Amino acid sequence: MLNTFIGDLGHFSVIVAFVAATVAAYSYYMAARNQPLGEADAAWLRLARGSFLVHGAAVLSIVTCLFTIIYTHRYEYYYAWSHSSNHLPVYYMISCFWEGQEGSFLLWIFWQVCLGLAIMRFNKRWEAPVMAIFAGVQLFLTSMILGVVLLNVKIGSSPFILLRDFLTDAPFIQSNPNFIPKDGTGLNPLLQNYWMVIHPPTLFLGFALTLVPFAFAIAGLWKGEFSKWVKPALPWALFGGLVLGIGIMMGAYWAYETLNFGGYWNWDPVENAVYIPWLVLVAAIHGMVLWQRSKTALRTSFVLVITTFLLVLYATFLTRSGVLGNASVHSFTDLGLSGQLIIYLAAFVVLAIGLLIWRWKEIPVSDKELTTYNPELWVFVGATVLCLGAFQVLVTTSIPVYNAFLGFIGIKSNLALPADQIAHYTKIQLWMGVFVALLAGVAQIMWWQKNDKASLANSLTVPGILTLLGAALVILLVQYNKLHMSAVYIVLLTTALFGVLANLSMVLTLVKRKVSLSGGGVAHIGIALMLLGILASAGYSNIISKNSSGLVYSKEFSEDINQDNVLLWRNESAPMDGYDVTYSGQYFDVPGLPEYVNKELLFHTDDEYKALARADIKQGNKVYYKAGDTLEVRPENTYYRVEYKDKKTGKAFTLFPRAQANEEMGGGENGLLASPDIKKFWNHDIYSHISATPDPRKEKDWSEVKEHVLSVGDTIFLNDYFAVLRAVEPAQETAGLGLKPGDLAIQGDFIVSGEKKSYHVHPVFVVRNRLIGRVADEVEDLGLRVAFLNVDPTSKKFTFGVSTTQKDYIILKAVEKPFINLLWSGTLLMGLGFGMAMVKRRREASVSSQAPGTAVPLKTRSSKASRQVA
Amino acid sequence: MKKSHILAIAVIALAIGIIMSAAGDASVYVSFREARDRAAQGNMTKVHVVGRLPRDGQKQILGLEYNPTLDPNYFAFTLVDTNRIAQRVVYFNPKPQDFDKSEQVVITGSMRNDVFVADKILLKCPSKYVEKDIRGATASVN
Repeated sequence: MLNTFIGDLGHFSVIVAFVAATVAAYSYYMAARNQPLGEADAAWLRLARGSFLVHGAAVLSIVTCLFTIIYTHRYEYYYAWSHSSNHLPVYYMISCFWEGQEGSFLLWIFWQVCLGLAIMRFNKRWEAPVMAIFAGVQLFLTSMILGVVLLNVKIGSSPFILLRDFLTDAPFIQSNPNFIPKDGTGLNPLLQNYWMVIHPPTLFLGFALTLVPFAFAIAGLWKGEFSKWVKPALPWALFGGLVLGIGIMMGAYWAYETLNFGGYWNWDPVENAVYIPWLVLVAAIHGMVLWQRSKTALRTSFVLVITTFLLVLYATFLTRSGVLGNASVHSFTDLGLSGQLIIYLAAFVVLAIGLLIWRWKEIPVSDKELTTYNPELWVFVGATVLCLGAFQVLVTTSIPVYNAFLGFIGIKSNLALPADQIAHYTKIQLWMGVFVALLAGVAQIMWWQKNDKASLANSLTVPGILTLLGAALVILLVQYNKLHMSAVYIVLLTTALFGVLANLSMVLTLVKRKVSLSGGGVAHIGIALMLLGILASAGYSNIISKNSSGLVYSKEFSEDINQDNVLLWRNESAPMDGYDVTYSGQYFDVPGLPEYVNKELLFHTDDEYKALARADIKQGNKVYYKAGDTLEVRPENTYYRVEYKDKKTGKAFTLFPRAQANEEMGGGENGLLASPDIKKFWNHDIYSHISATPDPRKEKDWSEVKEHVLSVGDTIFLNDYFAVLRAVEPAQETAGLGLKPGDLAIQGDFIVSGEKKSYHVHPVFVVRNRLIGRVADEVEDLGLRVAFLNVDPTSKKFTFGVSTTQKDYIILKAVEKPFINLLWSGTLLMGLGFGMAMVKRRREASVSSQAPGTAVPLKTRSSKASRQVA
Repeated sequence: MKKSHILAIAVIALAIGIIMSAAGDASVYVSFREARDRAAQGNMTKVHVVGRLPRDGQKQILGLEYNPTLDPNYFAFTLVDTNRIAQRVVYFNPKPQDFDKSEQVVITGSMRNDVFVADKILLKCPSKYVEKDIRGATASVN
């Protein structure tokens, strides 16, 4: 039954949310208008609060409706049909929710509702002007999922659209408008990863958090409160820096684990679009800290906080308007929202920059000239370096936008992104890293002491000497390992090491005074460790799967060409760097079992999610399934078992890089998607992925059947393997034969000696109602198929047909990534540092708001107001 | 001169440098004819070429060459650019798995001798339904 109720309810909630946001924005604006900060028109304020609560409830209702549609598999809705499927586990249904553009907007809206409520609760003094901006942003965001046509203009794209309204001319819809598909087309298999359950919410929370300092800054400009906004906004900005930074790194980790481009960062425009505002946000945080400490850099803080939010909007425009086109592999599908996105972006650019220009002259500046001994100067320079780094990524990532813009005004432009993006970005980002690490070290030391020549030299000596010693040691080790280290790398190594040690020395001192002061130091140590991790893992990533066979097919070029992938025949080991590597078969994931199950133990049934066990399935000491049992399998992924054996130590480990047969829409559109498997050691990772396999969708090419007439006990060679016909015996029911009473079934029992082990081969011969049936048996390991062709009862001779095929193989790429753990542990430290700083600033902000004379807005506001408005 | 002025001048100089570097590193979309001209002039900078794969009557792609058992890192194919010029392309990597299904192919690289040596391949695969005109298909309020 087509259920339109829940979709209508959802769509109605969207409209309510939109209208309520509009009412809230307007009435918050009216409440705050002509009122000094902390005061508000009571009637408007009541209306505003009420409508924001209604907005929040409506958003909750939209979320519930959409999730119910996905959870209950209502494929009459396009969103469920195109993003989910029957076999999807619940935790991935959560990912379906935000796989589409509408759902991800919804996630963003949801977070801003939460943040809005938090501000109503904790920042009462700022509520009216800040929430006016919040509700204004909500108005724009909800309009993106509105799905309403007004005067022939489509506004927003609703997630509650019915399949039949979406695929209006699909034949199955035209013949039966009430048609409901039995199954959805499923979630993109690359997104079926636990990181994809938590990475998008983290990122969108980060996006939403950039709105908070922005709203405070705009409210400050509006109300003429140019400095008071910094204190309450700072903890929010730190929270944003934490969440966005961690969110970016989660995405990097997901890419590293799931995609096979061989790393964690690809300079894809979608990645850059988030990286740019994060850098600026971090710079903004430094500006705000400077203001809090020394009443300087207020204008800088305004500019950076506002820029951060505008860059988030620009990122949204880049990834969702379709403007990236060919330039990105994973931007969203174009929903035709570009016009709306441009209006949204333009509205806030004009509003924010206009307000800033209008108030610019009134923003207080300090006339104190900073000297070289002021840490403030170096923090300021550091923030500038971050902005320059962000600027480079922005300029290059926007290349498709220039093309689109020039095309729009009638000039044909054929500009493309740099062919070697890594080299292009690295040559600036690396120097940004150098200066960030250096300044973070110097400024952190200067921050906590009185500086003059003597004291500075004194406190820089110990970390400086340790840095030089450490760097020298590392350089020697690198050379000892016969690796080259360029001058630029040496500079980055030294400064990053200095960043770690200088901050560490400061943190150790601060911890004695007060732990809560050391947040900045901890975050800086994290950043410097990340730089070291990037330097080691990216600068010295080593491809170990070099084609060492000496067989190079192409004779066209004598220069060094790529030989980074190696062919591994099944069960034949090949040398690879320090390892002997063997590919030994295909495996499946069976729910409930701790390890993967060899495909050769499974007999496939018509339902691809079910299989029969051909033998006992035993893992550890426990038999999970007996021969003949039906078990559930996850057919999407095939895992290729690859064993690495260290030539020196003899120690072995096994990896299961996987490939997903992505038969989207049943047509096999996208072929195979490979994901790596990673073995983690403390000091390096071995990262392996499949580059190619024989096409699993193509029928195998079998050789012509060769007949052998044998007696029990005879030996023959099958595809070059030694084989014995051990017996001819009654067939067992294990192979899913579907035998009936009265059937006569016998099977041959061959023992074939393969490279690693022996195989039983059981071709079956069935007689039912005088009809003969033959069930051949295949050994994939050996590329062998045996059929039981005939029985001669008088001579006791049996005829078998043997055909062979090319042996199974994989093409593998394996890379060693040294010290990548520094990157991940640095990330955690950075997050911890942000968190500590946030707690400290939050405490300061709440202490000051409760201090006598500044507190509870409703009582003291008149006295304050007169002071502030004047 | 105040320190802030020196800093401002340095920032502007660096920003200009960054823009110049982006302009210098930016690649271009060209046709095979232009790619050949560039190579003939000794210009080995990498370019982007957009093209389609030639297919026969059965929709089979013509001129694919990939034999992993001989050399897994050698893949050659023919690409027809938007001006209908066909060009042999060599890619020293395994064949991308969904290559056969792709409608449009973007390659980066440069001409060397008579072949185009690609170091990156971007595929655009068709999806039965997603390519439909989505604009007209939004639910409207009745």
